[in-house]
Amino acid sequence: MINILGAGLAGLSAALTLAEAGIKCRLISAQNSERAQSVLAEGGINAALDTMGEGDTTELHFEETMKGGAYLADPNAVRALTDSAPAVVTKLAGLGVPFNRNPDGSLTLRSFGGQKKKRTAFAQSSTGKMIMTALTDEVRKYEAKGLVIRLPHHTFMRLLTDGVQCSGVRIKDTYTGTFYDLSGVVIAALGGLNGFFPHMTTGTVTNSGTAAAVIFAQGVKFANLEMIQYHPTTVGIPGKRCLISEAARGEGGRLCVMKDGYPMYFMEMKYPELGNLMPRDVVSREIFFARRDQGDVFLDMTGIPEDTWKNKLSDLREEIMHYFPLDPKKDPVPVEPGIHYFMGGVYVNANHEASMRGLYAAGECACQYHGANRLGGNSMLGAVFGGMTAAKSASVYAGSGSEDMSVYSGEEPLDCELPAGSDERLGNILLNGLGIVRNGNTMKSALDRLNEVQCATAPEKVRKELGRAMLLSALGRMESRGAHYREDCPDTLDAFADTTVTQLAGGTVRVTFEKIPERNTGNGNNV
Amino acid sequence: MEITFDILRRKSADEKPYIQTVTIERGRCATVAEALDIINTEKLIDDPVQWERSCKQKKCGACAMLIYGRPRLACDARLDEFPRGRIKLEPLKKFPCVRDLMVDRGVIFANLMKLGSWLDENAACDDTGVAYDASKCLQCGCCLEVCPNFYSGGEFFGASALTASSRLIGETPAELGKRLYGEYNGHFFRGCGKSLSCKDICPAGIDTERLMVRSNAAAVWKRKKRS
Repeated sequence: MINILGAGLAGLSAALTLAEAGIKCRLISAQNSERAQSVLAEGGINAALDTMGEGDTTELHFEETMKGGAYLADPNAVRALTDSAPAVVTKLAGLGVPFNRNPDGSLTLRSFGGQKKKRTAFAQSSTGKMIMTALTDEVRKYEAKGLVIRLPHHTFMRLLTDGVQCSGVRIKDTYTGTFYDLSGVVIAALGGLNGFFPHMTTGTVTNSGTAAAVIFAQGVKFANLEMIQYHPTTVGIPGKRCLISEAARGEGGRLCVMKDGYPMYFMEMKYPELGNLMPRDVVSREIFFARRDQGDVFLDMTGIPEDTWKNKLSDLREEIMHYFPLDPKKDPVPVEPGIHYFMGGVYVNANHEASMRGLYAAGECACQYHGANRLGGNSMLGAVFGGMTAAKSASVYAGSGSEDMSVYSGEEPLDCELPAGSDERLGNILLNGLGIVRNGNTMKSALDRLNEVQCATAPEKVRKELGRAMLLSALGRMESRGAHYREDCPDTLDAFADTTVTQLAGGTVRVTFEKIPERNTGNGNNV
Repeated sequence: MEITFDILRRKSADEKPYIQTVTIERGRCATVAEALDIINTEKLIDDPVQWERSCKQKKCGACAMLIYGRPRLACDARLDEFPRGRIKLEPLKKFPCVRDLMVDRGVIFANLMKLGSWLDENAACDDTGVAYDASKCLQCGCCLEVCPNFYSGGEFFGASALTASSRLIGETPAELGKRLYGEYNGHFFRGCGKSLSCKDICPAGIDTERLMVRSNAAAVWKRKKRS
């Protein structure tokens, strides 16, 4: 029996992989899969299917993923990812994901940032929702066979561990308030750390990030926590930021500032080859500087053809018109970067094993594949493939663990509400230190303010330590690389071409740098 | 300008519900979801209101509730739609209340299990338009709340099963569709009174009538699919 924490894309993928192998698992989540953040993914999923006649290859997908991530990803893991991508997307199509198709029936691919070939398979601009619907149904087939045991409305409390081996997990039924201790190894598919930046990200508001903080406090190593992706094009909506998919630029949208009443397309002027489709770290930084020096930045989608709006971006147009009193077919939309994705997370190897035996991590909560900056279209791929890989690795423990759910009736200090305003307070401190453009002084100042925070509850304490780890990771990386741009250290240095690893040990957060594995010359793990 | 919420509350399903009234400034929030967040995070009332939420941009269906008597998503209910300044918030009534505005929608997923909502073979994908529209379903329960034929525990599963079936039927060749057609007839077609209230209420804007026409053609009338 294997325990999967989270029923989003990575969790579903892990459950399906285990079930297909005849291995039982529990799929534990606070809400049903329909409410997972994965349904918000829009633009598409990358695979070098080469259906557009451009001569795309998995090797080029590999090279661009590595380059986009500023060479901070594990090349062997990335190679396995990109080699397997065509099979992953073909499998999803077989599960009924209604991908857009070419007249010959092959999948249509669109342009996405940091990629010179059309490589992103998509279902209009609701690709995540479409994939989640198909995967949820497929997993349901195995629920009916008793191979997947769903535990919705259950939240994570803590890992059961002696500090070396993870032997299970404690969860709480939020309907009844009952705690259960479950035995068996654990695959964490917890999603990203957007809950550390409440109201400031494009993610869901339910995921507080506390589960990741608890795991960190239990001694599990985390990596590259300074690598936070700001998506270039977001807009503020009530209580959060709303994404305008990179698909808008992939289909012809252009970024501009207004100068003397005329649009100036600054990305195209500065980057003639990829223009508006430079990697997200570059685009977000350029928008940051353009807004600082020249005023508001707009996404001009007025040149997108009518049939593209109808067949590829209909949801996007509806969404923009819902939140703005304007039609993107006729008027440019004001945009600014917003926190969107966390490249860092649980430190895992290419098999998705964490530093604690018996613990695996996949999806956004794991630090894998994306290095210092994720390419658009690689997140859903990383979630699906990461879930598969973690499941295969964890399957060596298939015979351990019990189906019994043992009621725990003792004290659980982590089971309490955060005091009013505490997450916003922490979020504002972190945002001040970890913006698009950073420097040592503001990060130190943020750390000072963090040190002054008084914590009344156990969840606050663990959140503070993971927040501290984020700031210390950023301070320790005395260079600029990918999403981590420091005004006081603007160059990329070979000395920092390593993974930032952080761990809470003996009550102290420590940051070290670990070598990235050399690339093997053999083939990666194919699906 | 202020806006007043009358919130139907109870600590558990067994307790007698009561109305709690709270007033906040209109300009501080744009939607019911935002108002509930402010009420809870700023402790405008002692005991936080329990409600489900997730994406806050009408893509996940978590925050479905009765707002001024109508089932809809709290994140999509703009306060400027209520000029009279008083809104009643209640939990959906066709599902067991857990507490306050939180209900247990487990019956939706139990019904999808009974329906056998999965593909038996790889998708044929000859009708991606229907699959796309059907896959948008949030499984939020708003359609079931207004449906005159649906009740929890019945054999008619409502439009939440229509969307699931339509996707599967649309992606399955007719010669392999027997099981799906049978489930569709048994759990949807025979029980549907065609009021189409589901079409008007769907927060995802799904044209349930179109899905019915397409699925009826395949599963009931056994018409050949258009190529």
